[in-house]
Amino acid sequence: MADLSEATRRLGIYRRLLGAQVRSHSSYRASFGLDLTANALMPLLDVAAVLAMFRVTKTLGGFNAFEVVVMFGFSATAFTLADLAVGNIERIRFYVRQGTLDAVLIRPLSVLGQLLTLDFTIRRVGRLVVALAVLGFAVSRANIVWTPGRMIMLIAGPLSGAVFFSAIFVGTATVAFWWIDSGEFANGFTYGGKDFTSYPITVYSGLFRRVFAYSLGFAFVGYYPSLALLGRADPLGLPAWVSWSSPLVALATAVVASVVWRFGVRHYRSTGS
Amino acid sequence: MIADLATSARRSAGRQYPRTRTIAALVVAGFRRYTTYRQATAASIFTNTVFGYLRCYVLLAAAAGSGLAVTAGYTPQQLATYCWASQGLIGVVMIWGWTDLGDRIRSGDIVADLLRPVHPVTSYLAIDLGRAGHASLTRFVVPMVVGAISFDLHTPQRFATYPLFALSALLGVVVCFGCRYLVNAAGFWLLDVRGVNLVWLFGSSLLAGLAFPLHFLSEWPWLVTGLWVLTPFPSILQAPLDVLVERGSVGQLLGVVAGQAAWAGVMLGICWYVQRRADRKLVIQGG
Repeated sequence: MADLSEATRRLGIYRRLLGAQVRSHSSYRASFGLDLTANALMPLLDVAAVLAMFRVTKTLGGFNAFEVVVMFGFSATAFTLADLAVGNIERIRFYVRQGTLDAVLIRPLSVLGQLLTLDFTIRRVGRLVVALAVLGFAVSRANIVWTPGRMIMLIAGPLSGAVFFSAIFVGTATVAFWWIDSGEFANGFTYGGKDFTSYPITVYSGLFRRVFAYSLGFAFVGYYPSLALLGRADPLGLPAWVSWSSPLVALATAVVASVVWRFGVRHYRSTGS
Repeated sequence: MIADLATSARRSAGRQYPRTRTIAALVVAGFRRYTTYRQATAASIFTNTVFGYLRCYVLLAAAAGSGLAVTAGYTPQQLATYCWASQGLIGVVMIWGWTDLGDRIRSGDIVADLLRPVHPVTSYLAIDLGRAGHASLTRFVVPMVVGAISFDLHTPQRFATYPLFALSALLGVVVCFGCRYLVNAAGFWLLDVRGVNLVWLFGSSLLAGLAFPLHFLSEWPWLVTGLWVLTPFPSILQAPLDVLVERGSVGQLLGVVAGQAAWAGVMLGICWYVQRRADRKLVIQGG
């Protein structure tokens, strides 16, 4: 019982921290409104960049526009979900550099929990709504033969992708513990991953594809769930069950990321500034 | 008060000390400041390189899918060069992450800048040119070398392309600086400029030629022309990139650079005007 009331108490603290963030952001009305709109437009501009490719070609890596937008929809929904939940972990590099992480460490709450609530931005909800709309639109136009398995994949795909991207966010942010001025390093994997997963992996080749698609697992965010949904065989020749394995990949990545994070926090040495 | 003091400080300074030496010192200071950010520079180069691979593969896939030897006016080699140079130029023109002015407005330190004998637009531009010089030796060179190793790039066929590209990139820096200055200066009126920043973020990444060459939209010529003429964005990246990959004749590319020069003038003019209004606004806020 004691544990339960303790958990409720902590939840209450997080809720208050979140509430304070939401209130403080919405107090500058003009800026907040502009921010919300800009956030909502962002996935639209991303999809515009994808569609721009189809102004000069009918197929990209062997897939037509609707099929690619299905991949984009999976990727964008997964990314925006992860970005809303844990995206602000990328600010950890400022906390480490300025030494303000020390203050976070001595408080009786989880470090990760605090960092996520301290910079929570409700305006990113706009992105999620638009990403979902793009996914819904693409799925309805891509001639999908619906089966129970595919319906489950439509839900499980973005959720797995969100877990996967969250793991990437946390895992790469951990680099800041060792590399004080790591700057945009993590962006290569977070935002880079978002771009990578927006296209069929057949467009990439060589070492770059092997590392990003398979070693890091980005192929399982947009590409393979879409193959499962579209009922297409993998042009790269992997067996059909691979297309359904996104949840497992996400789980494995999350485990790795949490180990890396714990290791990083334990090895944190303040900059002393 | 502040506005009057600022004006008089700037006036009297010009008589006592040669302006060119002040500005040269600021350019050097901007360059040297960035030589100390070695880790951050390396991190940015890494990220630009990852995106270089990403975008290059996608553009080449589009070119392959079109089944044409020339896609939207570019050969595959030209597209690859376009892509890698665009990643290199991100750091040179510094599309993202410049909040120097905005931070000082929010903290109030801007008052000290206004009392300095050099106009803030001039001094920030001088520092920015020094920064761009540093970036062109680091953040531009490395992705270009990686791109050249991994892909078949287009080598300029005309010697005139080199000086013209240098000029075009310089004008790109000035236009981009003008945009960034205005985005930051919004802080004189809005206490939280993140919204304005986001508008700039997608305007610059989608309409500047970074996400895709604007000529991909040539089925809608009015749109492409409208963007070139009515917005500063293509002058930031699309223009120097077209110059570098030699899309068009020397005459056409000279026209492109002339358009950039016009936009550079317009942007700096607006910055000066906005700064003058801001000098007055600061008094109202209590300085």
